[in-house]
Amino acid sequence: MSAPAAAGPAPAQPLARRLGPLGRFFDSDLWYSFRQSPVAMIAGAVAFVCIFGSLLASWIAPHDPFNLATLSLSNSFIPPIPMNGSEWAFPLGTDEQGRDMLSAIMYGGRLSLVVGFSAVLFATVVGVAIGLIAGYGGGTLDAVLMRVADVQLTFPAILIALVVDGIVSAALHELHEATEIYVIVFAIGISNWPQFARTVRGSTMVERGKEYVMAARVIGISGPRIMLTHILPNVLGPVLVIATINLAVAIVSEATLSFLGVGLPPTDPSLGTLINNGNSYLFSGQWWITVFPGAALVIMVLSINLLGDWLRDALNPRLK
Amino acid sequence: MAGFILARILQAIPVLLVVCFLAFLLFAYVGDPVAIMLGQNATLAQRIALTHALGLDKPFYVQFVLYLGRILHGDFGLSYRLGEPVLQLLATRLPATLELSFTSAVLALVIGVPMGVYTGIYRNSWLSRAFLTFSLIGVSLPTFLIGILLILVFSVWLGWLPSFGRGTVVHIGHFWTTGFLTLSGLKALILPAITLGLFQMTLIMRLVRAEMLEVLRSDYIRFARARGLPNRMVHFGHALKNTLVPVITITGLQLGQIIAFSIVTETVFQWPGVGFLFVQSIAAADIPVMSAYLILMGTVFVTINLVVDLLYYAVDPRLRLERRAPAAAR
Repeated sequence: MSAPAAAGPAPAQPLARRLGPLGRFFDSDLWYSFRQSPVAMIAGAVAFVCIFGSLLASWIAPHDPFNLATLSLSNSFIPPIPMNGSEWAFPLGTDEQGRDMLSAIMYGGRLSLVVGFSAVLFATVVGVAIGLIAGYGGGTLDAVLMRVADVQLTFPAILIALVVDGIVSAALHELHEATEIYVIVFAIGISNWPQFARTVRGSTMVERGKEYVMAARVIGISGPRIMLTHILPNVLGPVLVIATINLAVAIVSEATLSFLGVGLPPTDPSLGTLINNGNSYLFSGQWWITVFPGAALVIMVLSINLLGDWLRDALNPRLK
Repeated sequence: MAGFILARILQAIPVLLVVCFLAFLLFAYVGDPVAIMLGQNATLAQRIALTHALGLDKPFYVQFVLYLGRILHGDFGLSYRLGEPVLQLLATRLPATLELSFTSAVLALVIGVPMGVYTGIYRNSWLSRAFLTFSLIGVSLPTFLIGILLILVFSVWLGWLPSFGRGTVVHIGHFWTTGFLTLSGLKALILPAITLGLFQMTLIMRLVRAEMLEVLRSDYIRFARARGLPNRMVHFGHALKNTLVPVITITGLQLGQIIAFSIVTETVFQWPGVGFLFVQSIAAADIPVMSAYLILMGTVFVTINLVVDLLYYAVDPRLRLERRAPAAAR
């Protein structure tokens, strides 16, 4: 996390220098507004638990759901805790292969987060680059790029992700298994770039007319360098907000595609794949195989959404 | 007016061409139709003959024009998976999707607008807070999860409603089938329609609420109250009317979302519509069905956008005035 642009008035300067980057963050307006909002703090804590629980899954998960040596079919379909005689070995029960649901959810959450983050990163890089070029360059290029963005925005993102995933998967039929995760990151990323491009283009057009950009042009700095080192830092605020909300969208998109069976393979399940898998056992009464991964997904997405809402308000100068 | 409509239609054509081109690329470059049709043991002469017969040795742009011609005649080829003409497949599946989407849209409007009006007027009542919390959950729950949970509660645990299919359908005319006319058809429609409509319902509610809050602060509402009009008249006659312009636009555009998400809902409930067909086709790499679906969706979305634009134009008199007298000072 970097310190926000609004670091405070001049007297804070020596203090900030003493504090270092981390101290500067805790001294910032953003941190203050975070401390003032109970919803944001709870959402932040929940998101923190979700993210670290998933990222550290290989160390803190009670079982390794992918280590076939530790799996035993005699452990399959154990119900969750109050129903299984308080057997703490499998707090959330087990699935049809005897995998511990809690561990599977932690590993699955990790995959969902990795795919979500990568897709948002991809969409951000593509969208910001196109937005900068369109906004700074202007002219025909701008018109063409924005027209493409408009057309893409008339189609729902999930449909585009599904179609792109379907087409690329069909084209890579032989390499399907090995490339699946890249295909899905590409498909979700490409379906979300226009939002970033539009926002960045708008702010770039505003920044382009300002004096510091003119000054940079006068002293002969090249266009790409002005875009990257001068304009980019000043248009990143809204991008951060869109990226946060998009992370929730991307995680849901991945889960949806995996649920439809066009996403990640069952050998390496994400939350969506787990839900899809559990769906087959819904009618035989093993509801926990579906409901717990679903709950994990909703908690993760809800906390990220709430954080995104708070960030949008906190970075909005009109609400200060 | 006529010029405006014409310009919008002319703008829609390139978009459709691009969609058709993508569908054509899919057809032309993914998979090898000659190998699929002849199998492994064909001789080179047979392959060349079939390539010629299919027109695959013609230049690229000629093939595209021929492809466009076939589409305009409704010829989308045969499904690799089912061996039936794609057009016929889509036509028999389309009524299911349309009935589901239509029901969800109506549900979302009929419940979402009153909820939005209520939460806009009684901002601080506990019911408004309950609605808002509910809408937050509705936004965060992925569509497929809503479907699964509804199935779990109402089909598995309570056993009230069916969990898959359309129930008994009645044939109307040549290919149209409807589930509206039988009890089992209506029962089968309830869960999928709620699943599909919930997100739009919460969206419409939030939109109407925001617009109502905005409008209720304006001067003409204050004057209406000063004239002694009853609350009901002010709220529904004056305020709601002016919130409807954005609601119409968003609802129209959301119709596209409903059709897109019907893919998910249809898969959850194994609803025999075009979305479920598309997902099955992706899994089987059934290219003719995929490309035909792509073109169908492209047409649907371009049409929806066109209609929403025109509707916007019809509903908001300011747009017409500006067009007629562009020089007039605002």
